[in-house]
Amino acid sequence: MAKENFIPIGPFHPLLEEPEYFKFYVEGEKVIDADVRIGYNHRGIEKLAESKTYEQDVFLVERICGICSTSHPFAFVQAVEDISGIEIPERAKYIRTIIGELERIHSHLLWVGLAGHFIGYNTVFMWAWKYREPVLDIFEVISGNRNHYGMFKVGGVRRDILEKDIPGLLKTVNEVEKFCSMLTKAVMDDPVIQARTKGIGILKKKDAIDLCVVGPVARASGVDIDIRKDHPYAAYDKVSFEKIVMKDGDVFSKAAVRLLETIESVKIIRQCLKNMPEGVIDADIREVGIGEGIGQHEAPRGEVIHYVRSNGSNYPERHKIRAPSFMNVPSFKKTVIGQTISDAALITAAVDPCYCCTERMAVVDRDTNKVLMTGDDLVRMCQEKTEKIKGAIKG
Amino acid sequence: MNILEEIRTKFGNKVNILVKSKKRVYVSVSIDDVKDIVGYLFGILGARMSIATGIDTRTGVELLYHMAFDKHDLVLTVRTMAEKPELKMPTLTDIIPAANWIEREIHEMFGVDFVGHPGLERLLLPDDWQVGEYPFRKKSFDSEKENTEKE
Repeated sequence: MAKENFIPIGPFHPLLEEPEYFKFYVEGEKVIDADVRIGYNHRGIEKLAESKTYEQDVFLVERICGICSTSHPFAFVQAVEDISGIEIPERAKYIRTIIGELERIHSHLLWVGLAGHFIGYNTVFMWAWKYREPVLDIFEVISGNRNHYGMFKVGGVRRDILEKDIPGLLKTVNEVEKFCSMLTKAVMDDPVIQARTKGIGILKKKDAIDLCVVGPVARASGVDIDIRKDHPYAAYDKVSFEKIVMKDGDVFSKAAVRLLETIESVKIIRQCLKNMPEGVIDADIREVGIGEGIGQHEAPRGEVIHYVRSNGSNYPERHKIRAPSFMNVPSFKKTVIGQTISDAALITAAVDPCYCCTERMAVVDRDTNKVLMTGDDLVRMCQEKTEKIKGAIKG
Repeated sequence: MNILEEIRTKFGNKVNILVKSKKRVYVSVSIDDVKDIVGYLFGILGARMSIATGIDTRTGVELLYHMAFDKHDLVLTVRTMAEKPELKMPTLTDIIPAANWIEREIHEMFGVDFVGHPGLERLLLPDDWQVGEYPFRKKSFDSEKENTEKE
């Protein structure tokens, strides 16, 4: 009988920015089972990529995700370069690294802001998003765009970072570091946030390994994988930074990993800007060659992997894309069962799911699901719980 | 590379190893041995299943399992072929839970039947998608077949 009570969330609701359908089976307030249905955003990009040239595909895959738009081109160009072992100029490696890390900072700050909003801390939301702005300004200076930078191409990058811009960039990067350290301390030391997120939605290390989760979700559960360290690419073997690993696997650990990573990213960017060698930025590749290649990149949400097979023509014969959320989203079934429904929103959000990446493909659902509770209600419940904890701590 | 040595000792001539570069290795196996080998890589050698890829060919669907060895800076790809028209392939979900979603995806996109999968339902395609229509199959192969039949 218990299974008859369920709360459908989605496919369209304001809790998550993208369409997805969650079904939480509840007993009282406790979640006893959960289902997820994806596919509302499937755009068939893998198939489309086969009908476009390698040059065009770089722009196509950049449109897979709006938040971490560089992740897919980064992995894709590396996969194509892997086909026939193309070496790219040193300076291009550094520029790629800078773009990759700037994106990590702005993506993590975006998530911290949203998580703050879900637990009713709109101050965190406002501050995190305010401090995200200078990062986007840096992007504008480097690439001319605040998002969708169009910097990548097979064999190098499309725009150089000008010497005259570097002092200004370093100054802004220092400011970003100050903001990030302040925000990290403020969030991690806050007793209410700790009470609200510690011990909630735990993903055990064994489950993390079995489900092959990646990125901050894996590292929060004590699985120390980071493609930047483990499979060094671009200029990641020439800079020093820490791999942030936590062991608890709860929402707090996931938040902590992301916050601490922003500071490491600042370090990487600073080293790159200072040590960047002079030279060309493009290897001027005319032909891709025949064969197959794999490209990996540690995106803000974890490993992105692209597989490309070339038959010697201008078009890939097969292009497989795997975004980190494809591996991370299934883990929520392990984390949400046994928790209260007021925490479900937060736990789902803690994965930082990115559905347009996971599906890469537009389909509209015709079914009308009767909605018992909207996403707004869940956010409200989540926020009310924080208020209760706040009251208890102060009182 | 000790990983490759271990695979050679354990599986002998069942595997055909191609070392493409220091970071990329491709291992071809027959469809009956895939489960043993991928299970060994995941369970004993501690590889992480990055993803699987399906590729449509004239005779079947080529399946690639990309296994990442994060401590060794190596991506080892296990290659096999599910023959048309049955397209049967033993599921890996019982040994690697992470294979669940990707097997559902390959099932709906290529029509590969993963024998033993706990719930081979639609993942990405809509519920009203035509049964037997596999979007990632190459149209040219199908039309070739039709032409031969006509002749």
